[in-house]
Amino acid sequence: MEDKLIRLTVNGRDEAVVIRPLATLQDVLRDTLELTAVKSGCGQGGCGSCSVLVDGELRLSCLTLAERAEGAEVTTLEGLNETNAIVPLQQAFVENYAAQCGYCTAGMVVAAKALLDRNPAPSRDEIVEGLSGNLCRCTGFAPIVRAVQQAAQALSDTGEEAS
Amino acid sequence: MSMKELGVVGRNVGQRDLESHARGQTTYYEDVHYPRMLHLKMHRSAEPHANIVKVDTRKAAASPGVVCVLTHEDLPGKKVWNGLAAVGVGPEDEPVLAFDKVRWRGEPIVAVIAETPEAARAGAAKVEVEYDPLPGVFDVEEAISGSAPALTAHWPHNHYIYPDDHAASQIRFGDVEKGFAEADHIVEDKYQTSPIEQAPMETNGCIAKPGGDGRITVHTNTQAVHFARDNTAAILGLAPGKLRFLGGTVGGGFGGKVDVAVEPISVLAAMRTGRPVKFKYTREEEMQVSSTRSAWRLYIKDGVMNDGRIVARKITSYQDSGAYLRFSSYGSMKHAGHMPGPYTMPNVWVDARVVFTNRPPSSAMRGFGVMAASFAIELQMDKVAKTIGMDPWQLRLLNAYRNGDMRAHRKVNEDAAMVETIQAAARLAGHELPAEYQAMTSWDRKAS
Amino acid sequence: MAKVRGTGFAAVNYPTGMHLGGDPTQSLIHMTPAGDFVCTMASVDLGQGLRTVLAQIAAETLGVPYESIVVETADTDTGPHCTGTFASRTTHRAGNAVVMAAAEARKAMLEVAGELLEASPEDLETDGAGNIHIKGVAEKSVSVGEVAGAAHFGYGKTIAGRGAYLKPPSPMDPETGECDPDSTQAHACTVVEVEVDTETGVVEVIDMKSVYEVGQQVNPDLVKGQIVGGSWMGIGHALYETTAPGYPAIDPAPVDFQNYLQPGAAEMPEVACEVLEYPAESGPYGGKGVGEMVTNGPIPAIVNAINNALDVRITQIPVTPEVVLRALDEKRAQAEG
Repeated sequence: MEDKLIRLTVNGRDEAVVIRPLATLQDVLRDTLELTAVKSGCGQGGCGSCSVLVDGELRLSCLTLAERAEGAEVTTLEGLNETNAIVPLQQAFVENYAAQCGYCTAGMVVAAKALLDRNPAPSRDEIVEGLSGNLCRCTGFAPIVRAVQQAAQALSDTGEEAS
Repeated sequence: MSMKELGVVGRNVGQRDLESHARGQTTYYEDVHYPRMLHLKMHRSAEPHANIVKVDTRKAAASPGVVCVLTHEDLPGKKVWNGLAAVGVGPEDEPVLAFDKVRWRGEPIVAVIAETPEAARAGAAKVEVEYDPLPGVFDVEEAISGSAPALTAHWPHNHYIYPDDHAASQIRFGDVEKGFAEADHIVEDKYQTSPIEQAPMETNGCIAKPGGDGRITVHTNTQAVHFARDNTAAILGLAPGKLRFLGGTVGGGFGGKVDVAVEPISVLAAMRTGRPVKFKYTREEEMQVSSTRSAWRLYIKDGVMNDGRIVARKITSYQDSGAYLRFSSYGSMKHAGHMPGPYTMPNVWVDARVVFTNRPPSSAMRGFGVMAASFAIELQMDKVAKTIGMDPWQLRLLNAYRNGDMRAHRKVNEDAAMVETIQAAARLAGHELPAEYQAMTSWDRKAS
Repeated sequence: MAKVRGTGFAAVNYPTGMHLGGDPTQSLIHMTPAGDFVCTMASVDLGQGLRTVLAQIAAETLGVPYESIVVETADTDTGPHCTGTFASRTTHRAGNAVVMAAAEARKAMLEVAGELLEASPEDLETDGAGNIHIKGVAEKSVSVGEVAGAAHFGYGKTIAGRGAYLKPPSPMDPETGECDPDSTQAHACTVVEVEVDTETGVVEVIDMKSVYEVGQQVNPDLVKGQIVGGSWMGIGHALYETTAPGYPAIDPAPVDFQNYLQPGAAEMPEVACEVLEYPAESGPYGGKGVGEMVTNGPIPAIVNAINNALDVRITQIPVTPEVVLRALDEKRAQAEG
């Protein structure tokens, strides 16, 4: 197996990167493109800290081969702030203290965005289900669930998109 | 204490890092990028207890991408260490890299440094170690029974030895045997907690970066930067001024990032190669190699009067330290000093032992020594209440310590508010207390 | 056989600071030419919010706006010694060091302000909004920024302060255990309701209420964050977590989050909490500390509630479904025997 050039769109920018055989999407995002909001809490697909959107779908970048993202549109947490303004979902995380150490937060916000994109008015159970792949060791989840509830409410009040 | 009127203390001003977290802009130790950075992986013991017959690193060194291989022979300073040696805790017992013997499965033996994490992992897998397996001991009471193999020469009976040749961290207050003789009831039980992983979302790790000035900057997620720097310098025999330790926001600690587990070997690798070296624990290492919360076994015996007064409490506890000491003697003293919990008793006897087993070394976690104590004491209080047929709320309020009481460690109690806290919890839970219990206070034992 | 409910509670105390003391933290504070302050520490923020809390304490003592304080952390080149972030010691130890450093810097600031206002420093007060004025005479006022400019460019003075907090080490008598182990004690009482499925052994925590007493709170929202997070971790410790499910055997040995079980959001009940404040004599503005104690009440409260629900005597954690079912078997055997 040899190094390979792949092209993909990351946070709206076209990128061409050389990947090692079996490189993961996480390697490309974190190490090559230096999008460090993509965390690596386990590398086993068990914690959700590396969550990103691939063509709008929630994916664990540590389990996604970079090759499989060829031609895809990838969104990391950094992609939510193209205009530098904090988006309502992030604001809801801030207001509800939905982070302490912050290590899980990027994956958590991305997972919440994926949920709200497909279901703008989720029930509490649907939020719990939507975030079930993402672990947090600090907050006890309650503030995170509240943040997503608040963001959903804000969206329905303004008719805006999640981000 | 009368408080002057406060301005910003006591106010909800938010949390400074939250917006940065929510935007993904917070910088953790591994969010710095250096060109030509190398990666370190450890070859670890496959046996819980064995003599090392031979270590062969030739295939590892020849593995593609491997730049450097380090064994105990490469250590320029200490071969064995303990993080608290500087404050007189000893003897130093834990090998930086194992040499003659391994005492737990997962013990580090050879560090392999390579161009990529994959190459380092492949190289580490090619280290060949020949073992002569020894019988292991895993249970704390078995370990000190006299029939178990001794793990080290420091502690021939597999327990830590406190000053004046004491086998335990002791509390001796009053006369428990006299208390038991006077008591209407004796209540006894055994309690067991489990080894628990701190499980911070970010695993232990560091990046050691040599600078042009001969110094090495270490980006680390330690919970204690000076402690980690000074221990790293001591282990490697370096002037501390050669090292700069830089932390920042850490992805969770909970006691799991105080062991100086990754920095010394990374600094040595950086010195040897002249290149930045990253050593990040995998999640597997975090769970089975990094220190867990110590498991504790406790035996509690109480002498109780018919009216609910606990007149004697005797506690024997065994802290499973795993194969090495780390901070266990500290945890055990904190555990002993916490007894008998937030209660005042005239007679208290504690023997808190640190026991060595062929398990991964344990250490601190959120509430070191105290969590196991609180767990056992509060289950014991329910058993006492049930035994004498008393409301468990009333039992705790009756025995709760007051300000001015003499604690078992002979310090006069201050800042006590256990009574008020229990009363408020009873109100919150809708548990009605008799008037005399509602009238109790931490400032006057007679008030009721 | 079905689902049965039970309640339990636990009362706990928790010591502030490293056991037996001897754990220093130091602080340096200096004023920039623009009139804001940098508080330099070597302490490490693990997510609990020490940058926030120390900025609040520095602002309180200096008498300047909270927003004008920058807290720098975790650099051994610039930060004065901190023993580390553990032992529920940061608010107390680092907080006290910051109070001392800020008091010294405030004194220097008021001396320069006194020269500008032609008044004695003792006659000056700060308004917390960035101004210094003569007591009772609000119009005789100078801004902190003007003081900074004068100090730097007019008088050539530093406006800075040093703080060091150390509880002197207290050895523990090896025979009796006599010692002075801690600076203060915080308190908590947690009440829990559980529902246990007697067929499967699965325990669900359905309600948790806690009262905490942590001295003067510096930042109540952050205290609540610790309590709620610790309540969840307590559920994990009580019901799920172990690196050695066959303890004391070393196998099986979970190596991932699929096998090292923790509760998820679905297992987290509503957590109610109330916080009492009895300021500690030794604490910064009476603060005690809350970081570690938050799992200690929930764990025994949950196990007490399980024993209450089933009328059994479980004395180990984690209380896995297997532990529950074994306890029920034992109870049945005893009833039959």
